[in-house]
Amino acid sequence: MSAPALLDRSITDLAGALSRREVSSEEVTRAALARIEATDERLHAFLRVVPERAIASARGSDARRARGEVRSPLDGIPIGLKDIFLTKGVETTCGSRILAGFVPPFDATVVERLETSGAVVMGKLNMDEFAMGSSNENSAFGPCRNPWDLERTPGGSSGGSAASVAARQVFGALGTDTGGSIRQPASLCGVVGLKPTYGRVSRYGVVAFASSLDQVGPIARTVTDAAAMLGVIAGHDPRDQTSSLLPVPDYRAGIEEGARGLRIGVPREWLQGGSEAGVERRVREALAAYEAMGATLVDVELPHSRYGVAAYYLVAPAEASSNLARYDGVRFGLRAPARSLADMYGETRDQGFGAEPKRRIMLGTYALSAGYYDAYYLRAQKVRTLVRRDFDRAFERCDLVAGPVSPTVAFRLGEKVDDPLQMYLADVFTISCNLAALPGLSVPAGLHPESRLPVGLQLVGRPFDEATLLRAARALEREMGPSPAPEAIG
Amino acid sequence: MALSPEEVRRIASLARLRLSPEEETRLAGELSAILDYVRQLEELDVSGVEPMTHALASVETPFREDRVTPGLPADEALANAPARAGTCFQVPRIIE
Repeated sequence: MSAPALLDRSITDLAGALSRREVSSEEVTRAALARIEATDERLHAFLRVVPERAIASARGSDARRARGEVRSPLDGIPIGLKDIFLTKGVETTCGSRILAGFVPPFDATVVERLETSGAVVMGKLNMDEFAMGSSNENSAFGPCRNPWDLERTPGGSSGGSAASVAARQVFGALGTDTGGSIRQPASLCGVVGLKPTYGRVSRYGVVAFASSLDQVGPIARTVTDAAAMLGVIAGHDPRDQTSSLLPVPDYRAGIEEGARGLRIGVPREWLQGGSEAGVERRVREALAAYEAMGATLVDVELPHSRYGVAAYYLVAPAEASSNLARYDGVRFGLRAPARSLADMYGETRDQGFGAEPKRRIMLGTYALSAGYYDAYYLRAQKVRTLVRRDFDRAFERCDLVAGPVSPTVAFRLGEKVDDPLQMYLADVFTISCNLAALPGLSVPAGLHPESRLPVGLQLVGRPFDEATLLRAARALEREMGPSPAPEAIG
Repeated sequence: MALSPEEVRRIASLARLRLSPEEETRLAGELSAILDYVRQLEELDVSGVEPMTHALASVETPFREDRVTPGLPADEALANAPARAGTCFQVPRIIE
């Protein structure tokens, strides 16, 4: 069956229909639950669905609306959560066996904000273990698939989030992005994904991977929907000291202003044949469309971006090796039976972690160990400064930078699984944005001319200037018309 | 740069990971390949470059009031414990 028309609507359209009482939140939520039931055996986007909780919040939303109370543009709208967000009373595994059975005693701040805004939480979405991966194949619970072609990956690590939104199971989802984990799956699934500026959204209650890079953001089917979601989750949180005090603007306010007058930087390093031809073609067409809409294209240089993957694969594993030290079998999660404490640590971590977290813990431990710190971690942190300076210099001449998100369209399951380095290179265009702490967005730029799989355009902006990214993305979306729905899932 | 199996074992013990001999062999190869790749950072002159220790150093660090707020009740904090004894987490004996 194909998705009912109701589920094909955007958050913004649906909010209108709800306010006109054309449909109730309970009806929408039941339709979404039925859609998940009908499709998820094949898609495997969800690790856990919470139907009772969803129906209860939908009824709460309908009751409020009957009294004339509407809390936000998300009130009554079914939303999914990557399984990295702690949900009070609902198992949270982060895609890892070591957290199987873990039921958090509190909600992440972003979950609290979503529920306070009236959003209907539908469940927890599949992901690469501890957000480490670019294909969802590192999930300890089996990979999610791409709704455009079930033999292909949805990307990662927020693959379940992007696949579920694309397959019309939910209207929007939250993901996290440490090196591209929102933008790359959004690109591969043909939806919109936004990684906000580091510090824009609270990480309290979000399982930590690499703390100087991790950021929470929305995945949605339209740019305006992503803006609405960001408006709900952004802002300072006293429980996350890295979250910024800067005020949160109305991200939907200037979103229709169009591309006229925008200066779009085109980094030559991002369009030098590093992508497959069909991807590069769609990216160039999107740039031409901007020019036709009255934007100016400016050549810029990001000479250090080619060192991004190398710097990232020192910084992120180093921080991960420290963050993942807490999984030791003492306070929560898996504990392997053992006679001594040292055996318990070793056995628990051996049985609980999959191959990728082990690889990164090993790499990070090595990079931080005595005698190697200066040569690896410290040098990589200095390279981050160089990457950031490139962007600062570019932003003297342009308002945002544009290029590909992923060098390829969705690849086949199993294609890169035996070669970690090849998998890491899937993030070659997305990583420098995280290293430089800047906001980045993926917006659909059409389908690959041969494979008919989605291609995303990446936009990177100045710190805390998500509004310009959203405005530019909306201009392209309007120009291209609504993105088609994937057909493989029915 | 090739990591020896001994070095892999040493790192694994620092990281409290118990690896099988097959994992050790595989990781020695994979980590060596990754370390070879990251060596390209040596091409860059980073002398005089400040490391990025905070993602946005220009933005003011938020402070909060130093006020006592309730923490997690002990029973809730212990609810996920693999083993507990009263209000403590229980672990295998440390001192023989």
